[in-house]
Amino acid sequence: MLKIKDLHATINGKEILKGINLEVKPGEIHAIMGPNGSGKSTLSNVLVGHPAYVVTKGSVSFKEKDLFAFSPEDRSKEGIFLSFQYPVEIPGVSMVNFMRSAINEHRKYNGLEPLSASAFLKLMREKRSIVDLDVKLANRSVNEGFSGGEKKRNEIFQMAMLQPTLSILDETDSGLDIDALRVVAEGVNKLKSPTNSTIVITHYQRLLDYIKPDVVHVLYNGRIVKTAGPELALELEERGYDWIKAELGE
Amino acid sequence: MGAEKQYIDLFAQSEELINVHSAPLLNEQRSEAMRHFAKMGFPDKKSERYRYTDVEQLFAPDYGLNLKQLDVDANPYEAFKCDVPNMSTALYFIVNDSFYETNKVSAELPEGVLVGGLKDIAEKHPEILKKYYAQLADVSKDPVTAFNTAFAQDGFCIYVPKGVVLDKAIQLVSILRSTIDLIVNRRILIILEENAQARLLVCDHTTGTAQFLSTQVVEVFAADNAKLELYEIEETSRTNTRISNMYIHQAQNSSVHVNGMTLTNGTTRNTVDVQLVGRGAEVSLAGIAIEDTNQHVDNHTYINHKTTDCTSRELYKYVLNDFSTGAFTGRVVVSPGAQRTLSQQTNNNLCLSKNAKMYAQPQLEIYADDVKCGHGATTGQLDEAALFYMQQRGISQKEARMLLMFAFVNEVIDTISMEELKERLHYLIEKRFRGELNKCGSCSNCKLE
Repeated sequence: MLKIKDLHATINGKEILKGINLEVKPGEIHAIMGPNGSGKSTLSNVLVGHPAYVVTKGSVSFKEKDLFAFSPEDRSKEGIFLSFQYPVEIPGVSMVNFMRSAINEHRKYNGLEPLSASAFLKLMREKRSIVDLDVKLANRSVNEGFSGGEKKRNEIFQMAMLQPTLSILDETDSGLDIDALRVVAEGVNKLKSPTNSTIVITHYQRLLDYIKPDVVHVLYNGRIVKTAGPELALELEERGYDWIKAELGE
Repeated sequence: MGAEKQYIDLFAQSEELINVHSAPLLNEQRSEAMRHFAKMGFPDKKSERYRYTDVEQLFAPDYGLNLKQLDVDANPYEAFKCDVPNMSTALYFIVNDSFYETNKVSAELPEGVLVGGLKDIAEKHPEILKKYYAQLADVSKDPVTAFNTAFAQDGFCIYVPKGVVLDKAIQLVSILRSTIDLIVNRRILIILEENAQARLLVCDHTTGTAQFLSTQVVEVFAADNAKLELYEIEETSRTNTRISNMYIHQAQNSSVHVNGMTLTNGTTRNTVDVQLVGRGAEVSLAGIAIEDTNQHVDNHTYINHKTTDCTSRELYKYVLNDFSTGAFTGRVVVSPGAQRTLSQQTNNNLCLSKNAKMYAQPQLEIYADDVKCGHGATTGQLDEAALFYMQQRGISQKEARMLLMFAFVNEVIDTISMEELKERLHYLIEKRFRGELNKCGSCSNCKLE
């Protein structure tokens, strides 16, 4: 599904990604862990086409197509979803209008007619229940005045609405208490299928107690320096990252 | 002094002609107004009051005046149906500067209420109007007001006697239509007696290719407990110039809401001058300007809290693209002794291009100590993070920008109490942002273009 080859990327002229290689197959859950500043968020931003990041080398194919040939909005419509670390507040734009625009653009891209108002509201209701998103929140402006937990629930709600084939969860656990974490993780698990894949970017093991990864990678200094099974996450939780740095001779 | 000479001469030669086609009440004010105009001349850019709009320059081109008030060959009912769908309004027309007389009775009005052409009402009811006409619009202080008072022959008038509430909103459609470039001078007089209530919607349209310079003087009298909502929508053309001076006088516990929306225009200057003279009076001024190419919108507001316990609120929002310019001046004076004044002023602006310019000038002068006054002015760009967030959900950049611009101006639309008008504005503003300008979709003019 996703093949990243020797990916280099910069922001403001500074190289952050220094040759990433990664392959994610349909149905797989990959966890990317690593210390602060290792390039985890840069990787997710590059994949969704954030304009501040410049790809200087390498390639990414998504479903056998060159990902970089697509605009950010078309990457979304091709099936890539980013659950933002810091979801943006958009005062004055209602959740309903926002979601309706998004859904209908996706449908248009796939040659479908726009959803009728009633079908759309029914879909909203249905998907809201996956993450227990309060109906009041769904009627407000996008993320405006939402608590940290509500914002993250809202991300997973949007994911449920758009049904992506590849979801990237960027620090979805940050700022969540244990109950909210469970709700969000359960939401992600409900959306899992044999054909869609997930990349979980996280600092901590605790999210991985709920979302079980098939593969765990350690990103350090712009490269993936270690790849193993789920047991690697537990080891990192216990021992921190220093031993990895030591293994690398730093 | 340059441009004014031709108008001073024209007035000297044509005063008789002007008077014949107007009403004595209006005629009585002319020579005094002209005397002041001749003394002041058009304001240039050195004038503090008009520093962002060069009025002298605007009057420089050669325009005609229709002093004989000749009928323009047009039936606005046939041509123009820019009414607000589903809103049952009492509908009136002004073509250029003449009230359009028609046999159609557009609405049954309660007894004693006068709505119609200013010339006609001034002739029939001078005893009512003489206490009001030209009493607020001071010809010695503003050259454009003086000019308008000297030349204006007709316009529109609303008089609502004590205790009468007009359920139906009044809609005045002003159509500028001519084969030659024209100056039009329009006058609006609104009188609400104690406990009277009215709502007025004025929309400005141009048709054809002639250039217009329109001056407008509006006088509003709100007596004790009177309530007025006044909406102005400008949808004219890129070559249109509009200079409007509105004067509002508010007595005890009166409430006035003015919302001026410039959707399409050339150069526009709107002045609103509010005198809060009765305790507990409340005024709210709001405005939207949507501009591109080299459009210019200058909203100049002056609110004078002359007594205690009055409230004023202002909310003005501009969206500027290309080479357009915007100006907002919000002068609020809290007079000595005007305790417990509440005043809040907000001016937010979006500059969508590097060449668009916004001049924001809040001015608070406070001469009382027990007051709560605030102001805030911001000028910025669309939120890049919000744009990207929306793009990541599949919304195209163009659509995302639309949603953000819409959200930005919507705060002003939300201050409108008439649901049908809100909906209509949503529709018009969306069209405007999509670049489908001047097409309202509901009248033959727009469909022909």
